[in-house]
Amino acid sequence: MEILLAIIIGVLYAAGIYMILRRSLVKLIIGIILLGNGANLLIFLLGRITEGAPPIIPEESKVFLEAYADPVPQALILTAIVISFGLQSFAIILVKRAHKVVKTDDLDEMNATDEDS
Amino acid sequence: MTQQLILYPLLLQMLLAILLMFFWRKINIQRIISMLGSLVHLAVSIGVFAYIWNNGTQTVQAGSWEAPFGITFIADTFAATMVLLTSIAGLAVSIFSSGSVISDRLRFGYFPIFHFLLLGLTGAFLTGDIFNLYVWFEIIIISSFVLITIGGEKAQLEGAVKYFTLNFLASMIFLTAIAVLYGLTGSLNMADLANKVAAVENRALVEITAILFLIGFGIKSALFPLYFWLPASYHTPPSAVSAIFGGLLTKVGVYALIRVFTLIFVGDVFLDQILLVLAIFTLFSGALGALVQNNIRKVFSYLIICHIGYMIIGLGMFTEVAIAGTIFYLVHDIVVKTNLFMISGLIYRIKGSNSMRALGGFYANYPMLSLLMFIPLFSLVGIPPLSGFWPKISLITASFDSESYWSLAAIIFASFITLVVIAKLWAEVFWKDATEIPVRPKFRYYHKIKNIKRIQIVVPIVFLSLVSLYIGFGAEHIQRLSTRIASELMDNQQYIDAVLNTQTPD
Repeated sequence: MEILLAIIIGVLYAAGIYMILRRSLVKLIIGIILLGNGANLLIFLLGRITEGAPPIIPEESKVFLEAYADPVPQALILTAIVISFGLQSFAIILVKRAHKVVKTDDLDEMNATDEDS
Repeated sequence: MTQQLILYPLLLQMLLAILLMFFWRKINIQRIISMLGSLVHLAVSIGVFAYIWNNGTQTVQAGSWEAPFGITFIADTFAATMVLLTSIAGLAVSIFSSGSVISDRLRFGYFPIFHFLLLGLTGAFLTGDIFNLYVWFEIIIISSFVLITIGGEKAQLEGAVKYFTLNFLASMIFLTAIAVLYGLTGSLNMADLANKVAAVENRALVEITAILFLIGFGIKSALFPLYFWLPASYHTPPSAVSAIFGGLLTKVGVYALIRVFTLIFVGDVFLDQILLVLAIFTLFSGALGALVQNNIRKVFSYLIICHIGYMIIGLGMFTEVAIAGTIFYLVHDIVVKTNLFMISGLIYRIKGSNSMRALGGFYANYPMLSLLMFIPLFSLVGIPPLSGFWPKISLITASFDSESYWSLAAIIFASFITLVVIAKLWAEVFWKDATEIPVRPKFRYYHKIKNIKRIQIVVPIVFLSLVSLYIGFGAEHIQRLSTRIASELMDNQQYIDAVLNTQTPD
């Protein structure tokens, strides 16, 4: 399971960064989404995966007796998902507006801000 | 009551932002609330600073969860100083926005978002939890995205696409670094991390994590190979927005770098070397970039990059004198950079252009305003006794002490180029004969706007210039402050003890 997740995370990061490096604005958004998901999975993986052991102390004892799934990474991922969701929806609107105003889909043609004025 | 004192600046900004949302389209009410609220915020921040200065570091455990488990808020002298500077810059820009930003922009929620930005900044300075720091960073960048796009002009949107992409990337790298750090230590509390990271055996992985933090914060604070988003976007929004961005947004990255590299990843010679090299290149590239620009605001954008180098170089040398220089420079830079972008806004209001070639004759036409602008411009250069001079003494002394002659050369070179750039700007904009600039019929020139607006534009510039003068002439006080901060940062055990060994007083 760990190895599978590690490969998926690697693919998501690589694909995300590749997509961000492309010239098309739409691919930029796809890249951002992939990268965000990769980071979320990474937190999940690095919090150690423990199957079928919820962090609940059994009624008869006062401490945990066995290894349990760490709940903190899940809380972190929940926060990170909400944040990246907000950012992604902002990115889509921004790209739509930029496309409408600049009238191009090509990042290489968006160079008005670098020109001497 | 005093136990939660350090949270008051935070809560006040949040209340302001929420209150402002209830007056969504009523921009006159928003203006008044924002200015009064910022004034109260300044008063509260001074109160917090005075309290910390007299009583030492204070901590608050959110929801009374004991230290490594809950979220900690901590105000040491460094954090309290940064909160105070945020409120000074916030007050100035709040007044300046009321006068200079056109109401078409204000109508789309400018002021609520502005206060959310200040909320994020205050939170980032006060938090003691690394994931919480990430959340505050996100609040900062989401607010800044809105501020940079408000108005929706072509250049703004283009700049915003670049600004968004690189800041998003920085956040993701920061998040990745947090994930790896959590995997290594199982903790998120910065004081707890400081203890646990030192005990980790896999040093290579610790070093990689540190590099990830360096890249994440490096993009945000515009370090050498990672700064290209800054000059592409900072000159596009209204100058009030540039002022708050230039003054505080890159500095929060510097703050995070200083915090992480004095608390969590300490005593790693390799990392210090990397920081030094990056700082030297930042100084060179920022200075050379500023030299060839024609747009005043782009010149200032490159100068931001250049002067980030001064702060990082002090961090790289990592001696108490060097860190004191860094802190002093940070204090001076926040005030001056905010002021410079407001000045570029004033020049734009008066002449309708920000191009150095087109401008001229400012001194002949507006001698009093020119004299006012002289203060921040030459504080930036660091002509003694103005404020930029003093921190450089500390930095130069420190580079002699640590025999780091490349840093010494870079400091002097960047200082010299800054002088050349400002002298060129002074000659072009202020002394050169006035040239004819085509009059824009719909533009709201300075002489056409109401008196009250003019006051709102000039007063914050006067206010920040006075603060700059105080930093220059009262250098002894600021030096005492930065030495105290430096000694607190160098001895991170104080911070750790303040967070982990608190007995709740009953």
